[in-house]
Amino acid sequence: MTQSLTLDAEALYVALRDGVRRLLAERPDAALVGIWSGGAWLAARLHADQGLAVEAGVITSALHRDDFGERGLATDSGTTKLPFEIDGRHIVLIDDVLYTGRTIRAVVNELYDFGRPASVSLAVLVDRGGRELPIEPAFAAARVSLAPTQRLSLARDPSGRFSFALEGGAA
Amino acid sequence: MLSKRNPQLNQHGELIHLLSIEGLPRAVLTQLLDTAGTFLSVNERDVKKVPLLRGKSVFNLFFENSTRTRTTFEIAAKRLSADVINLDIARSSTAKGESLLDTIANLSAMHADMFVVRHAESGAPFLIAQHVAPHVHVVNAGDGRHAHPTQGLLDMYTIRHFKGDFTNLSVAIVGDIVHSRVARSDIHALTTLGVPDIRAVGPKTLVPGDLAGMGVRVCHDMAEGIRDADVIIMLRLQNERMSGAMLPSAGEYFKRFGLTPGKLALAKPDAIVMHPGPINRGVEIDSSVADGGASVILPQVTFGIAVRMAVMSTIAGNEA
Repeated sequence: MTQSLTLDAEALYVALRDGVRRLLAERPDAALVGIWSGGAWLAARLHADQGLAVEAGVITSALHRDDFGERGLATDSGTTKLPFEIDGRHIVLIDDVLYTGRTIRAVVNELYDFGRPASVSLAVLVDRGGRELPIEPAFAAARVSLAPTQRLSLARDPSGRFSFALEGGAA
Repeated sequence: MLSKRNPQLNQHGELIHLLSIEGLPRAVLTQLLDTAGTFLSVNERDVKKVPLLRGKSVFNLFFENSTRTRTTFEIAAKRLSADVINLDIARSSTAKGESLLDTIANLSAMHADMFVVRHAESGAPFLIAQHVAPHVHVVNAGDGRHAHPTQGLLDMYTIRHFKGDFTNLSVAIVGDIVHSRVARSDIHALTTLGVPDIRAVGPKTLVPGDLAGMGVRVCHDMAEGIRDADVIIMLRLQNERMSGAMLPSAGEYFKRFGLTPGKLALAKPDAIVMHPGPINRGVEIDSSVADGGASVILPQVTFGIAVRMAVMSTIAGNEA
């Protein structure tokens, strides 16, 4: 596939914010949990922009990854911080890029180590396809199709503005 | 550069065994301490278990007695979801005359993935590491007078937790330093992590002058040794040393080198007191100090589990 991809992360963030607002309208007591690291940046900004009462949490997939046997322990992978009771709470996971779904599987396991949530849903900035597990987001601000050789990641500059970096050529 | 690669590291510089702190780069030590921080929070969760070593078999081989170290290794392995097999080795095959390497070969045939080894002979874990298959990992849980690297790491974790930074600290290690594998591992770790002032404090028989070669200042006077220290690491006075000519008596030792509130007052006001345990109250440390506000002896035990989880999960994820 050859496609000139220009993803405006700030514009997509606005779309994500509106999408998350609609999700929270159904579940006003839900808590946002950002997946380290890009998702955690997004969740922190969403929390501030929406003026949510419940502090946003941060979650890492490091301790439940299914590629530990091949890749070993991830270094610099953040620490899970969930500053609220998980039992009975509606959780909205936030991530920058949804790809295979394996990270989501890992963080759902991580979440359950802290309690039994009432529900878990997922909102992402970009869904790049390529799913390997039966996981679908409740909201995606954009859907693109990328080759497996391409790597899409969110960056944040010192002023807090988001941008996307795309590495690797199309296959 | 070393002419020979450190046997604990693979060709990518990743840790595959933990045999000694000596020769490990600062980045490796710092990474282990950071990882331990992650596991410390796991130990406070409802579910104190992560699946990193699921399906792996960890064999605890304690050729020498230990309660605390063996237990914390067992807890650490179980919290990583490993299957743990404890061998009371001193009373089994070794007693029947089996050699160390034959014991290891037999346990390897049972598909061991990791050996946690304590042995009275310095170098035994190194010997085992040289003979295991590439996917098998070895952790030294104390060998002779040589090294006790996980104790050294948990001591560094404790210091970093309470003091934040290593590069402006004065650390006094007090007691039987010459026979102590803990002291040796602590000294290597402290120098690697950049502690500028390390003091080895004790009587001449237990703290020989040639220790200065390890980058420490030797003090035979307790007051001089702990004055303005940020960290005081007390070592257990091993009773077996009393029988020889090394020391006059426990009472005399306590008078000169036992840590009392009066002597502790010479250290910095916010100094912490550490001890690898088991403590001998009234021999090397006064009860009121062991139980007092400066003592971090019990947090050391808690941190020890997280540090051992960090060591086991790190080496298990790296291939030889």
